[in-house]
Amino acid sequence: MNTSTIIFYAIAALILGAAILAVTSLKIFRSAIWLLFSLVGIAALYFWMQVEFIAAIQIVIYVGGIVVLIIFSIFLTQQSGKEMAKPATGKMIFSALAALFGIAFTYNLINHYGFNNISAAPFNPSVDEIGMQMLSTTSHGFILPFEVVSMLLLAAMVGCIVIAMKPTEANIVHLNKKKD
Amino acid sequence: MNEVPLTHILFVSTALFFIGMYGLFTRRNIITMLMSIELMLNSVNINFVAFNKYLFPDKLDGLFFSLFIITIAAAEAAVAIAIIINLYRSHQSIDVDDATEMKF
Repeated sequence: MNTSTIIFYAIAALILGAAILAVTSLKIFRSAIWLLFSLVGIAALYFWMQVEFIAAIQIVIYVGGIVVLIIFSIFLTQQSGKEMAKPATGKMIFSALAALFGIAFTYNLINHYGFNNISAAPFNPSVDEIGMQMLSTTSHGFILPFEVVSMLLLAAMVGCIVIAMKPTEANIVHLNKKKD
Repeated sequence: MNEVPLTHILFVSTALFFIGMYGLFTRRNIITMLMSIELMLNSVNINFVAFNKYLFPDKLDGLFFSLFIITIAAAEAAVAIAIIINLYRSHQSIDVDDATEMKF
């Protein structure tokens, strides 16, 4: 049991504890803050695995982007201090049983598989390496998914604007006609 | 570094996935359901990076998969929040039980 191992188990406890509180807390704002802690813990796990680039991306996009977006939408849609209704006890029990069964089943599978082919080759996830492979057009390059995902982001941006746009005068008249 | 076996990282991500599933089953508020989905996507990312690091350290494919998953998760969250705000505008509520017009 050396320092690195202890750090791993501490990070794991942080991730799982914060995640459990995020899905069970009855105040929606607290739930969002626990989600934030869980995501920071996952970024710490990436740092522990020495994939600094993914850890930085995790912090920038999840912690800095998605959680802030979620908190904004909580503020825009409801009173953040109000407690949500407690889920029905029967539903809680059966969901917990389903989750525990899933964990036990997967635990069993992973434990029996064993993973004997652990490779000792050096792992070099430097930013140069990632950037070169991301934009390379050879057989192991990722330029096509990179371009496709940029189209997806553009489509998502346009879609968000269209969905959240206030209905124009013409549209309102049209909708009112439909109601009559 | 290598004292922690791969299986322990997989146990963490499995537990995180099923915690997200529990949240998705019990919550009725769309924003909290979205948070549960984010937890599940993150557990998948941990799996990809851990497999890449332990089993195929000479390649970087797992890292690219998690990068693309993070990108798509960001797009998904943005669209979901646009839909949530629009739903709140028309129903004054973001509870899934209140939006049942399209239920057959």
